[in-house]
Amino acid sequence: MSNLLPAEYADLEKFADWILPTEKERYAKRLASSMDELQAFYDEAFPRLEAAVPYLKTVSLEDISEEDRNLTYLFCSLVNVTFPVEVWRQARVPDSGASMVDCIVEPAI
Amino acid sequence: MAHFPKPAEGSWTEHFKIDTSPTSYEDSISPEHYEAEREAIFKKTWLNIGRVEQLPKGGSYFTKELSAAKTSVIVVRGKDNEIRSFHNICRHRGNKLVWNDFPREEVSGSCRQFTCKYHGWRYDLDGELTFVQQEGEFFDLDKQNFGLAPIRTEVWEGFVFINFDNDAAPLKEYLGAYAKGLDTYPFGKMTEVYKYRAEIGANWKLFIDAFMEFYHAPILHQKQAVDDESRKLREVGYEALSYGVDGPHALVSSWGGMAPPKDESMVKPIERLLRSGLFGLWDAPDVGPIPEAGLNPTRHKAWGEDSFLFFPNFMLLVWKPNWYLTYHYWPTSYNTHTFECSLYFVPPTNAYERLQHELAAVTFKEYALQDANTLEATQTMLESRAVTEFPLNDQEVALRHLHTTARAYVADHKAEKDQASA
Ligand code: FES
Ligand SMILES: [Fe+2]
Repeated sequence: MSNLLPAEYADLEKFADWILPTEKERYAKRLASSMDELQAFYDEAFPRLEAAVPYLKTVSLEDISEEDRNLTYLFCSLVNVTFPVEVWRQARVPDSGASMVDCIVEPAI
Repeated sequence: MAHFPKPAEGSWTEHFKIDTSPTSYEDSISPEHYEAEREAIFKKTWLNIGRVEQLPKGGSYFTKELSAAKTSVIVVRGKDNEIRSFHNICRHRGNKLVWNDFPREEVSGSCRQFTCKYHGWRYDLDGELTFVQQEGEFFDLDKQNFGLAPIRTEVWEGFVFINFDNDAAPLKEYLGAYAKGLDTYPFGKMTEVYKYRAEIGANWKLFIDAFMEFYHAPILHQKQAVDDESRKLREVGYEALSYGVDGPHALVSSWGGMAPPKDESMVKPIERLLRSGLFGLWDAPDVGPIPEAGLNPTRHKAWGEDSFLFFPNFMLLVWKPNWYLTYHYWPTSYNTHTFECSLYFVPPTNAYERLQHELAAVTFKEYALQDANTLEATQTMLESRAVTEFPLNDQEVALRHLHTTARAYVADHKAEKDQASA
């Protein structure tokens, strides 16, 4: 099996379905997940991001490898689930009813 | 108790000589008034429809649907590097010229010429008609007279504006002092962009109202902050550093909030880790000199952000940590509009910086979702006309100015028309 993530982050491969290249997909997966699932992802991925900060600062976006790109997308997903886990205890922002705000342009990695 | 000084008159509203009595929202719920706004405002003022970065090279183009002006526009960079705009209509029998699968969807791309999907007429990038299928079948057709219908186009600091009124004053004159103050701002260095769009069930002015005051922020958005911070925000309430008015345009100058926060325990763990949040990056990227004259009019140490409203529907927010964001509100009927928001950062050089931007953008979206949801509730109740007068406070002076200005445009336009027909 080829590695999706850099070897040092192989432990996060069990969250491979969070490696998503667009905000739309990341946000949709968040809404489709239970709080338990979001919590489980957060609990493991957050300390790994904490540890990865010095490394990520050395990852240039100019010639990024496939593994590093996947790792960055995975952490983008982590960023996306932090509000539900850290503050609201629910997947959607409170008091937002049926309103939709779509991301139509985002920087590629 | 006031935290920041007010003008000698005792209030911003009186200082700007704006009526302080309760205000009517009839201008936001009347279909007739909206029809009048289309003519008096959206066909008369300079409208920002994009940035030069969307047109990187000769042949780059994008289209913009402008329901308020009842047209679709092609914006294109010519081989001569000039940016031009045209009504998106073929001169033969009126087909929409540039579109892909769905005629109502906006498109962008790059091409050498425009070819009509209907009978194959072709137009140059500067609008000239260059090819007519079976030209000999026509009657004395002079191709020179059938170029695309042009629209006035001018650029300020990379922002592309159009105006349907050929008699309107030039763009820079229209934009006035606020634009002049930002003339050398390094917008061109902030080219990493996140764009959001939402269909909103409310009049276009109501959403501007929500972004030209922060009086709502400690309440509507209280569940966004960690508990202690949220309580503090509610107790303090909100006061701007200062407000400004320049002709039809307005400014809210605001203190800086949390970039970086005084007490790191007041923010979420992810914000501490990535040193970023709603107010942008805690550590500003180096962008060279910033034009001091155009920002932070009170020279306050706590300054964090200036929100400019360039009338009618273009908001520009410049943040202390060297990034900016824009809002556009494009009416689609008296009680609906398309909202667009774009966040612009200095392009990240590494994966960590990319994640910092991601956090700012994701956070922004959560706030916008709450703001958007409130609007439909406001619109439907205003339309009930159960209550017709509303008291606005001094922190809502910029919206009072917006509605006063919009009503004045409509009244002036009507007076001109009446005079012309008298
Ligand atoms: S309508 Fe465009 S070629 Fe006929
Ligand atoms: Fe808000």
